Amino acid sequence: MKISSLEDDLFKILAAVIAASAAVILIVTGYTLFNGALPVLQRFGTYFFTGTQWNPNATPLYPEIYGALPYLLGTLVTAAIALLIGVPISLGIAIFLVEMSPRGLRVPVSYLIELLAAVPSVIYGLWGLFVFRFWISDYVETPLHTYLGWFPAFRGTPFGLDFLTAGIILAIMIIPTVSSISREVIRAVPNSIREGAYSIGATKWEVIRNWVLSYGRSGIFGAVILGLGRAVGETMAVTMLIGNASGSAAMPTSLFKPGQTMSSLIANGFLESSPGTLLYSAYISVGLLLLLLSLLINVIAQVMVTRIFKVKGGAVE
Amino acid sequence: MNRKIAIAIIAIVIVVVGVFAYLYLSPTMTLVGSGATFPYPLLSVMISHYAQETNVHVTYDSVGSGGGIAALESKIVDFAASDAPLGATDMAKAPGSLHIPETIGAVTIAYNVPGIPTGLNLTGKAIADIFAGNVTMWNDAEIQNLNPNTTLPAKNIVTVHRSDGSGTTFIFTGYLSASSPAWNNSVGQGKSVNWPSPPGSTSLGAIGNNLVAQDVNNTQYTIGYVELAYALQNGFTVAAIQNPSGNWIMPSLSTIQLAVQSAAASTGLPAGNASWANVNLLNAHDPQAYPIVSFTYLLVYQELNVTSGMTHDRAEALVKFLWWVVHDGQQYSPGLEYVKLPANVVQTDEATIQSITFNRQHLPTS
Repeated sequence: MKISSLEDDLFKILAAVIAASAAVILIVTGYTLFNGALPVLQRFGTYFFTGTQWNPNATPLYPEIYGALPYLLGTLVTAAIALLIGVPISLGIAIFLVEMSPRGLRVPVSYLIELLAAVPSVIYGLWGLFVFRFWISDYVETPLHTYLGWFPAFRGTPFGLDFLTAGIILAIMIIPTVSSISREVIRAVPNSIREGAYSIGATKWEVIRNWVLSYGRSGIFGAVILGLGRAVGETMAVTMLIGNASGSAAMPTSLFKPGQTMSSLIANGFLESSPGTLLYSAYISVGLLLLLLSLLINVIAQVMVTRIFKVKGGAVE
Repeated sequence: MNRKIAIAIIAIVIVVVGVFAYLYLSPTMTLVGSGATFPYPLLSVMISHYAQETNVHVTYDSVGSGGGIAALESKIVDFAASDAPLGATDMAKAPGSLHIPETIGAVTIAYNVPGIPTGLNLTGKAIADIFAGNVTMWNDAEIQNLNPNTTLPAKNIVTVHRSDGSGTTFIFTGYLSASSPAWNNSVGQGKSVNWPSPPGSTSLGAIGNNLVAQDVNNTQYTIGYVELAYALQNGFTVAAIQNPSGNWIMPSLSTIQLAVQSAAASTGLPAGNASWANVNLLNAHDPQAYPIVSFTYLLVYQELNVTSGMTHDRAEALVKFLWWVVHDGQQYSPGLEYVKLPANVVQTDEATIQSITFNRQHLPTS
């Protein structure tokens, strides 16, 4: 049966509209955020991006002022902790599943790892708040503080609600994404590469490190960027575990301090702020900053993949 | 095969039609409200009892005072609820709105210090100094002098505050502003404030009364502020606060009701359509009154035809519901650790509710 050209054209138009809608959503979101952020940006200018004071209540001594630097740094610090802990573990899982595990274990273990991604993030927050933070506080933070307390990052009595706990939970949340994509990338490495390496006398670890991982480096890099995207945007689990400090107290000077990220700040206060006030606009400005950060991460990733890894976008190799 | 598909489709259609018939044809009236989280436990019990009695279903979205006020200003809800009275800007955006206090909130100071039982003596000034980060140790002279018979440990105080904008914070910071001029000048009163954190002090933030209570419960040497219901229901160790008569008062349903009664009687309450921004129940004069008390308000327009979707029948249902809340509905308060409205407040509310009109017609209240 011949397909009529009318159906063909309609389908083409429909597909084009759907594809364009993604760009439209992004543009409309950006425009709405920018519009809502204007009052604060016009009033405080660059202070918003470099200042640390956050005062929603004007008093005789202190005027209303909004500076988002602590939250930007908080997002970066928690994301960095998540990557530092989560990426090596994910790579280890991926390498184990492809290169070393017995055949029978592959499917069950992959399934379990992917189940981690199915857990809603608020459940991670609840579990972290009621169970995990005490483990981290007793078995990780207190020993670190007792023996290495002189190190700037380990100063301050730990309570379990701080940058480190939030970072560890984020690491757990990015492991399924990073490990499953890395697993596919490593599996896609042709066996001829491995055989060639073995044939010149490389050991198993040397094969993995020098040939397999470097062959898949751009794919693994893409997996890491996806994990980073999730870590930067994650809200509920972070809000419950990060301690919710504000203003200059939220500057990440120590891993054991309560802090705040951009997304947790918005989750905390946005609903109670009244539309039309400067505080409302300040929250929208923080949202705009978060959007800009995410776009920047994606642009940097794109540049790295095309220039440094010298691979065209979309290729697996 | 075709027959099975036909039977399945007919069954689905019957179920769907049945559900729609139940939802749309049964004679229920619905009212919509949104706002503060503090009165939500009480309002939800009241609403379910009211639905059983009258077949009027009220939906209450507990989105926070700010969200409720925004909804009221957009006229998309029948009533809103707020812990703080409307300020001047909001009154201008919601002209002709009425304040109807429906229950009473009190802020308790909960702490977790091993070895110290409930009833630690604290004054408003001491609490302000603790939360300002000027008093950082539990055995600081300021606290020790108020408690000569208790040995306080030499440990750092960790304060816990609300990180979300909250009516509880509004009441608490109002009390601190009244107790300490330094606090009034630097931090002030508000639903969201810049919690001081000078070097050497630590302050944790938590969302909602529940999580503040959790943080105090789970971390030693903490002090935080929580609504009465959470403290009483969980048996927290709470501070005895010194009131203007010089007595150390523990928060309880009776000490709070005394505070409201005496404050309302001595300063008088404004009319429902006036500004309630200066209504102050803090530091009431009664010798046994608890000092940190406040109303929580239902907000509604005096002329209901401005609300979208309002009809004469719905307006009547709304007025009857509000009347019921301040009368019969109050019986559910003590069981949930909320304080019943005293008689003088109920009288003010009655006059306010009777002033509500639809198309300038007054509406029956029962």
